[in-house]
Amino acid sequence: MGEGRLMKSQRAVGIVGHGAYVPMYRLPGAEIARVWSGAGRGPVREKAVAGLDEDTITIAIEAARNAVARAGLAPEQLRAIWVGSESHPYAVKPSSTLVAEALGAAPYLLAADFEFACKAGTEALQAAMGLVGSGMGDYALAIGADTAQGRPGDELEYTASSGGSAFIIGPADHAVAICRGSLSYVTDTPDFWRRAYQHYPSHGGRFTGEPAYFHHSESAGGALLDELSMTAKDFTYAIFHQPNVKFPGRAAERLGFTAAQIEPGLLSNLIGNTYAGASLTGFSAVLDIAQPGDRIMLVSFGSGAGSDAFAWEITDRISSHRDMAPLTTDYIKRRVEIDYALYARYRGKLRD
Amino acid sequence: MEAKVANDWRLRGQRYRLEGEVCGHCGVAIFPPRDICPECGKPAKTPAPLSGRGEVYTFSTVYNAPEGFEPYTPYTVALVKLEEGPVVTAQLTDVAPKDVQIGMPVEMVTRRLRTHGEEGTIVYGYKFRPRVRV
Repeated sequence: MGEGRLMKSQRAVGIVGHGAYVPMYRLPGAEIARVWSGAGRGPVREKAVAGLDEDTITIAIEAARNAVARAGLAPEQLRAIWVGSESHPYAVKPSSTLVAEALGAAPYLLAADFEFACKAGTEALQAAMGLVGSGMGDYALAIGADTAQGRPGDELEYTASSGGSAFIIGPADHAVAICRGSLSYVTDTPDFWRRAYQHYPSHGGRFTGEPAYFHHSESAGGALLDELSMTAKDFTYAIFHQPNVKFPGRAAERLGFTAAQIEPGLLSNLIGNTYAGASLTGFSAVLDIAQPGDRIMLVSFGSGAGSDAFAWEITDRISSHRDMAPLTTDYIKRRVEIDYALYARYRGKLRD
Repeated sequence: MEAKVANDWRLRGQRYRLEGEVCGHCGVAIFPPRDICPECGKPAKTPAPLSGRGEVYTFSTVYNAPEGFEPYTPYTVALVKLEEGPVVTAQLTDVAPKDVQIGMPVEMVTRRLRTHGEEGTIVYGYKFRPRVRV
């Protein structure tokens, strides 16, 4: 039975609009392996690479426009825009105000940037549920987006990719997915970090596995199941943070989920690890195919470290809502393969 | 730098979200906003969003870019005829120059236009790309 760890707003809330965006360039793992080890494949087939004129703000804007289109809202109805990322284009100056202006949502709203490695977007989602659930506002937009950078030659380079997703939280009676409860689990665990003024992150190698990713994902996911008196069998789909293909598969299995339950939301083999966008873009892909009555579990993971876990239930409103914007797979299919040289140019790895 | 900041800031509505104007007298859509209707010559100051959908009217590919745009060459600049009528000059993005065609359906996206050096602001604005869902 529950131990009071569950978070649930007094006013029922849910997602009223979702949207994804993934840049069109793809760098195959085999191409990275060719450059750095002469042969091999890497942990994912390929990763999405942002173009020269793209960054976290432009990714956030497109994902948010798709969410607004699906919600059928006037942008001025949003009372908060929160952008979670570890690659905000400015060190000081919010991404969120620019996203607000681009949507036409400014000026009467909260706007701020969240930072918690790969769980910055789900942290924003939790906060948005708090804002709407308390009645402070009727609609709040939470975004997770990144243009993640891996040091050339480092193992993270195979997966660090670009993309993001946006979710508008609103009252449950307007929702396509109602939140049945959420839970967060954080500890101070230094598995991955980037110091100020550094271009590239550092990581704890194997330490990123058991004490970090698995411990937090399984603790948050397991506690949520426990609090809701549910098991993996009660869910249609589950989405985990996806730094590669292997980790989410193993975490899901340990919590009792099958490969079939996680397959639709596991995108890392096709687009890499979009960091703050990763579990959320998997969630967006699942919302693109979910049917009324389906239950979905979402578990993020952010280094540093923590996990947010959510239980969602799909409503009848999902069907009319879906075709109001491009699907996650529309972006994934829009694929242009590039080589390592173009990748180096697009991601600013060539310097005078 | 200060003058650039103020100028970029003043244009944020039209640049970020393609906000134009509509003439209250003859109903024509206006972009960029100019507060006087180009059709009937009367005052027109009502902001109005544009759909961002249009088609390529004509285009040219830039290999020798003006200052500030050198990092992006080669890129294609097009006259885009919007569904609402106005013709906008803008960069195309997410398309190789060889694949651009007159009449190609395009949609507005907000992208980085340039930066004012390493320490200055990043300028964002509209570009057009082939429609993701036609």
